[in-house]
Amino acid sequence: MLTEYAFWFLSFVAVFSGIAVILSKNPVYSVLNLIMTFFSIAGHYFLMNAQFLAAVHIIVYAGAIMVLFLYVIMMLNLNNLETEKRSNVLKLSAVVAAGLLMTVLSGAVQTADQITLVEKTTGAAGMVENLGIALYRNYLLPFELASVLFLAAMVGAVYLSKKNLNETQA
Amino acid sequence: MTDSMLIYKIILCVIVFAVSLGAAAYMTWGERKLAAWLQDRVGPNRAGPLGLLQPIADGIKMIFKEEMIPTHSNRWLFILGPCFFMLCACMTGVVIPWGAGWESGGTIFPMQVTDINIGLLYLLGVVSIGVYGVMIGGWASNNKYSLLGALRASSQMISYEVAMGLALIALVMMTGTLSLKEIVAQQDQGLAFVVYQPLGFIIFIICAFAETNRAPFDLPECESELVGGYHTEYSSMKLGFFLFAEYINMFISSAIMASLYFGGYNFPFQHELGLDGNVLTIVQTAVFFGKIFIFIFVFMWVRWTLPRFRYDQLMNLGWKVLLPLAIANIIITGFVMLFMGKLG
Amino acid sequence: MMQLTNRSMQVAKKELTFMERLYFPAIIKGMIITLSHLFKRKATIKYPDQVRELSAVYRGQHVLKRDEAGAERCTACGLCAVACPAEAITMESAERKKGEESLYREEKYAKIYEINMLRCIFCGLCEEACPKEAIFLTDRIVPSSFTRGEEVFGKDKLVEGIDLRVDVTKRQTQEVLSFKTDKKHYHNQTFLDKKK
Repeated sequence: MLTEYAFWFLSFVAVFSGIAVILSKNPVYSVLNLIMTFFSIAGHYFLMNAQFLAAVHIIVYAGAIMVLFLYVIMMLNLNNLETEKRSNVLKLSAVVAAGLLMTVLSGAVQTADQITLVEKTTGAAGMVENLGIALYRNYLLPFELASVLFLAAMVGAVYLSKKNLNETQA
Repeated sequence: MTDSMLIYKIILCVIVFAVSLGAAAYMTWGERKLAAWLQDRVGPNRAGPLGLLQPIADGIKMIFKEEMIPTHSNRWLFILGPCFFMLCACMTGVVIPWGAGWESGGTIFPMQVTDINIGLLYLLGVVSIGVYGVMIGGWASNNKYSLLGALRASSQMISYEVAMGLALIALVMMTGTLSLKEIVAQQDQGLAFVVYQPLGFIIFIICAFAETNRAPFDLPECESELVGGYHTEYSSMKLGFFLFAEYINMFISSAIMASLYFGGYNFPFQHELGLDGNVLTIVQTAVFFGKIFIFIFVFMWVRWTLPRFRYDQLMNLGWKVLLPLAIANIIITGFVMLFMGKLG
Repeated sequence: MMQLTNRSMQVAKKELTFMERLYFPAIIKGMIITLSHLFKRKATIKYPDQVRELSAVYRGQHVLKRDEAGAERCTACGLCAVACPAEAITMESAERKKGEESLYREEKYAKIYEINMLRCIFCGLCEEACPKEAIFLTDRIVPSSFTRGEEVFGKDKLVEGIDLRVDVTKRQTQEVLSFKTDKKHYHNQTFLDKKK
């Protein structure tokens, strides 16, 4: 019962702050609303007994990535910039892209009845031990490949910053 | 969960909250006294004997001072900043085991508000969102010094969180659990984990200094460059919240260091004393607080000894020294565990 | 160059050794130094409760003395103002009227006598210059104030009260005392002596 109320409350917060991300004029407000969305989604993970996922979601997304977002937005002071006039081609392409996304989403929702839901609060799949066993036994290769991908991205970032350094010195 | 347990947990919650606030209040007194003693001065001695009523006087002063909200600031975010910072500071206390547990009428009441099995991750998560209070407050002030302080705080906290998390991973590898209660219980028999993880402990304590914005890492509020840093525009109790939360953070991080690396509420030869269960719990809690106050003393001692870092030195230390050391520590721990079997 | 102390050290910018780059030995050394100060004697004097012992020749707030009959000794000659290196003293003289003999000792007296305590350097030259032994520096500390104007002390603050004599014996040598009390000098005769 309590979990159901919590579910509705969290969904409400998630959806409304998600809408506020798009609607707010000030980018700082957008980021703060996005953080709210992340928190409510982490709450959903908790409801599904996926504690590890919830904690990591908060640490990584809310605690690190969004802090960097906020950092960049505050640093650039974007709220003083006038938003440029978008050209009609840009608007049209945005409409087409959003329409395609909506088609995909509505298709997914239509077939959603066929997905069998995992038992929510009793499942132990989200506990740290089980997750660790799943990641390092059953899905070791994809896990390692993902980490190699991250390493490549990191090397790329270091390379880009090094390149700029050489240009300024020259 | 039975009703009596629920009521007990609520009471314990309130007690933990009150104790961390009270400890923080008297830490302000302790800090001023210690600073004075280290500088051959006397320190506060007017309010009450030895100045012991000074925190109360300070609190009354803070509440009754005029509250200023700058005209061009963002009113709601300006208020939200210190409140959020305070909230995050108070949230960490719930996972710390303050003692073994009470036995009453056949049931054991643990001295820990909640024993979630991801206790360490919870701590890291709360610490990592704590920076938002500073960032929001600094940005909403609409003042360049506040903004610079907020930016410094955020980059500093993110940088040191990484090393802190990696230092903890080595410990987690040894213990095989993320629950603080388990980690403390494992130190009951045998040595405290600082013996096995000296490098990890040094990295952790340095990161704890940086995370609590204490000297020599107090660049976000560096008064010689940034007036007051992120709390330049704050006055009255909102400023009090920022300052107070720093002390609560210090108290909690001392408690975490004591439980992770120094055996928590355990002390040597505790079972040889032949004490009754509940009496032993009281002694254990007292020992735990003793450990916490030793760490708080170290925090203050370092603050009044070392000068502040330069900003590039801070970043170099975080990314080029502590991070590689933490990774090396993980690898060494892994090899030792592999060759010697778990825990030697 | 001559060395002023034997504690000076030659500074050189060398590459740090590995031990120096660790910083920990240096940090621990510094922390032991601060810890040792924890047990040192505190330098503070808790002022209103404890008062620092002043030297016998301490020079503090001035006093304009009266003679033993209660008349002001100052005759507004202006020598103290001339002697003052900080130009802190101003005065205005006036002639003594009939019937004021008990108030002012000489025929001329200082109607206004002001010392600017913000300018005064407490050198004591006014005291040395005074031919009438009228001005002395005492061991009283000049009180602080919120405005500059309050720090200009007029006669109301400088002249000692008839019943509240300020003790300046610490600053008076035997020669000064005998000079002051010798009644053969005209300027030492009070109006009571003259009446006889």
